[in-house]
Amino acid sequence: MSTRSPRGDTARDAVLSGHGISLSLNGTTILNDVDIEVRAGEVLSLVGPNGAGKSTLLAVLAGDHAPERGEVRLYDQPLSAHSARALARERGMLLQKQNLAFGFRVHEVVEMGRAPWHRTDRAAYDETVVEASMKRADVTHLRDRHFPTLSGGEQARTAFARLLAQETSILMLDEPTAALDIHHQEQVLEVAREAADSGSAVVVVLHDLSLAAAHSDRVCVLAQGQVRATGTPREVLTPELLSDVYRHPVQVLEHEGHLVVVPQRRRRKEEL
Amino acid sequence: MSAATADPTTKPERAGRAVRGGLSRVGLFALLGVLLVVVVLLAAGQGAVHVPPSEVLGSVLHRLGIDVGPMPSHPRGEDALWQVRFPRVVLALLAGAALATAGAVMQGIFGNPLAEPGVVGVSSGAAVAAATVIAFNLSFAGNWTIALAAFVGGLITTLLVYAMSREGGRTEVVTLVLTGIALNAMTSAGLSFLLFMANTQAREEIVFWTLGSMNGARWPQVAVVLPLAVVGVAAAVLMARQLDLLALGDRAARHVGVDVERLRLRAIVVVAVLTAAAVAFCGIIAFVGLVVPHLIRLVVGPGHRVLVPASALLGAVLLVAADLWARTAIVNADLPIGMLTSLVGGPFFFWLIRRARRTAGGWA
Repeated sequence: MSTRSPRGDTARDAVLSGHGISLSLNGTTILNDVDIEVRAGEVLSLVGPNGAGKSTLLAVLAGDHAPERGEVRLYDQPLSAHSARALARERGMLLQKQNLAFGFRVHEVVEMGRAPWHRTDRAAYDETVVEASMKRADVTHLRDRHFPTLSGGEQARTAFARLLAQETSILMLDEPTAALDIHHQEQVLEVAREAADSGSAVVVVLHDLSLAAAHSDRVCVLAQGQVRATGTPREVLTPELLSDVYRHPVQVLEHEGHLVVVPQRRRRKEEL
Repeated sequence: MSAATADPTTKPERAGRAVRGGLSRVGLFALLGVLLVVVVLLAAGQGAVHVPPSEVLGSVLHRLGIDVGPMPSHPRGEDALWQVRFPRVVLALLAGAALATAGAVMQGIFGNPLAEPGVVGVSSGAAVAAATVIAFNLSFAGNWTIALAAFVGGLITTLLVYAMSREGGRTEVVTLVLTGIALNAMTSAGLSFLLFMANTQAREEIVFWTLGSMNGARWPQVAVVLPLAVVGVAAAVLMARQLDLLALGDRAARHVGVDVERLRLRAIVVVAVLTAAAVAFCGIIAFVGLVVPHLIRLVVGPGHRVLVPASALLGAVLLVAADLWARTAIVNADLPIGMLTSLVGGPFFFWLIRRARRTAGGWA
């Protein structure tokens, strides 16, 4: 298992890693020779333009897609050596889109996150963990509502609570902030940060580069299925790289100790 | 991640909720259990030889070695009960439980409220196989021949529906229903062919059989259907927890530890077993698998750990009652039960469609 390294340590353990990952779907190359390490105790952001392969990479790391070439390893073992249930005790995933076939209530959905621990000693804490997870994701007040009647943001937070209830040491979040307001965006990433600080490994796909800069230890920039750069936000989020990757002039500003990434915009006529 | 700490202030509130939820579930099962006993006692007593419910109960208790209650006063009462009525009532009970459970499981694995053995063509697939056995007078497995054929037919059609209606890990409602239409067209062609090929006696047998009826039920048939239904319902109850997780969609279900493909295949076999149990001797009885799980969901929500066993009970109640109605509605006539369930199920289907349009803008 991983050691609990303090934040800022450069040599952290990789709990989940992809080596030389390549994948094409229907003849289109989605990922091309990608190397990536997800480390205990840190938040790793995957950023990049639409179609860069971020979500696919996350799916490969989660074991949803088998890569054509390369290998995913979980704690020094190939991912494929783990059963679905064993994997579910190690990594949890928050998908971009939430589906639910039937009208379960919010607390029932969150309880589903406890499934990997069914018939283990940890099942004794089911109720406690579910309540605490709902609180952390700010859905306690929705607990008896039917999931399909919730707004997109409330559904996303419910799914996040389900992920927290799963109590895995690896958290994978695919655009967790897409449907959320500013308050809940910050809250979700704060919780992810806390999880990392207490030893979890967090990998998160983000579109908002300022959010990525503020909340991650490392950022991995993907473009056209390849890793363009990996490193701390300050190392990676440079105007040159981002302008090139996004094919749009981008400025990186400093605001109260954080990086703020903004696109350069043409001024409106009335301001001229 | 660290284990979360409990908030003590919410405890009493939570306990209250748990008790309320628990009571309503216990209450539901108690209600369904009592209903089943009542309807069985009533149904067994009705017919050419009338036996009051108290005497039916007395006769059953007597056979169980408990000498309580009156014995049937009619001279042929005891024989009528044990040779004609009980096999029929038990068969209706088992078929109802099997069909309703099959519907609940199918809706679970397709993540789709319209999946039902009758609607998607699994019943008629099983029917074609069974009709083949009747038409060509096959008996390679004795009493079990028809049931076996129905199982194989049901399994093949369920796999076909599954393979043809799933795309990208989910089943669109429209695709599913259209697949059902296509399958029903194919199976009715098969049935027509078999009717054309069969001799007069087999033809008559097939016709009555496709209408659905409990007529002529005897203990040997019950002996075939009972193990199939019991095994099927038990297997369905055992996979209930995982069926809940399947509602999250294939990917998310896998992320919480469900081996989705294996669960689906197991569930398809269970559906085929249950459909075979129901179809083998009772013929095609549609809509039970659609109506019953919906009613249960309205009362206690979609959780399969309650839904599956409660559907089995309500299905049993409904089909025993429907059979009672079928043989007493018109004096000296045994109406086909499949006709009755379709008569009630069709309008229910309309209502479902209307409701889905109102609440979710239809099933696109």
